[in-house]
Amino acid sequence: MNSLSIAGKIYSSRLLVGTGKYKDFAETKAAIEASGAEIVTVAIRRTNIGQSANEPNILEAIPPSRFTILPNTAGCYSADDAVRTLRLARELLDGHDLVKLEVLGDPQTLYPNMPETLKAAEQLVKEGFKVMVYCSDDPILAKQLEEIGCVAVMPLASLIGSGMGILNPWNLQIIIANAKVPVFVDAGVGTASDAAIAMELGCDGVLMNTAIAAAKDPVLMASAMRKAVEAGREAFLAGRMPKKLYSASPSSPTEGVIAASKKSTA
Amino acid sequence: MITLHINGAIQVFYHRLNVAELIQYLALGGKKLAIERNGELVPRSQYAECQVVDGDRLEIVMAVGGG
Repeated sequence: MNSLSIAGKIYSSRLLVGTGKYKDFAETKAAIEASGAEIVTVAIRRTNIGQSANEPNILEAIPPSRFTILPNTAGCYSADDAVRTLRLARELLDGHDLVKLEVLGDPQTLYPNMPETLKAAEQLVKEGFKVMVYCSDDPILAKQLEEIGCVAVMPLASLIGSGMGILNPWNLQIIIANAKVPVFVDAGVGTASDAAIAMELGCDGVLMNTAIAAAKDPVLMASAMRKAVEAGREAFLAGRMPKKLYSASPSSPTEGVIAASKKSTA
Repeated sequence: MITLHINGAIQVFYHRLNVAELIQYLALGGKKLAIERNGELVPRSQYAECQVVDGDRLEIVMAVGGG
């Protein structure tokens, strides 16, 4: 299975995972181990002042020495907030500049605000960030993000946290066909088959959080997702058989079938 | 007396202090965090020289679980 390259770095796993919504850090860690993911997203939030003395930190559970940490801008509704958040993230992570940009449109749908996303992407690229960008599945906008200099485009399969799967495989295929940077499905994957379908369409990888964290058994689902992404990738590389409505073609030889047991009465 | 807005909450101090001293005062020393002062990032290398003044708005952030 050929490996994945993002901003010049090679990865062997094509599954990227989030770290939100887990019961505790032990579960987060176990699920991420089972997923085989090398790139792991985190959010940036205000520190608790005065009540955080010995609070464990996500970066202890998921050490940057072992994982590529992908800080996101979840919760940002403007380009300005997203850019500020990622400047803080880069400082927090000692100059690490691979980031996930997402600028949301409203809290009900969490659908991306594309004008603000384009604005933020432009600014971040100018400041030297390597931007992986969450976006709508509009092929023109995805291309514009690539032209701005984003290192990966990440269209949604369906709304964040919805588990609705891939709603528009046709648009995804257009985005994939035209992209010169890796394309990831980000958001909306509900179960393993959704991830496999994304990979079969030719996506370079899948980014998910809730599909694993909100499963009854997150660690088992993480393992399922790992296999689904691998299976989907192999199927894509293998090249599927063409679909045929009729023209039945038996899998076994048509010659040498034994004769009918009853004598003909004719 | 200086009044600071730290992560949206008001805190009052009775002496001058810089960002490095503020971090110690808030018991955040040694933690992985990043600080913004009035919308501008304060690089770690400048904590000791960056004086906070009355009315400053500070955001002190960390990494948390997220997707």
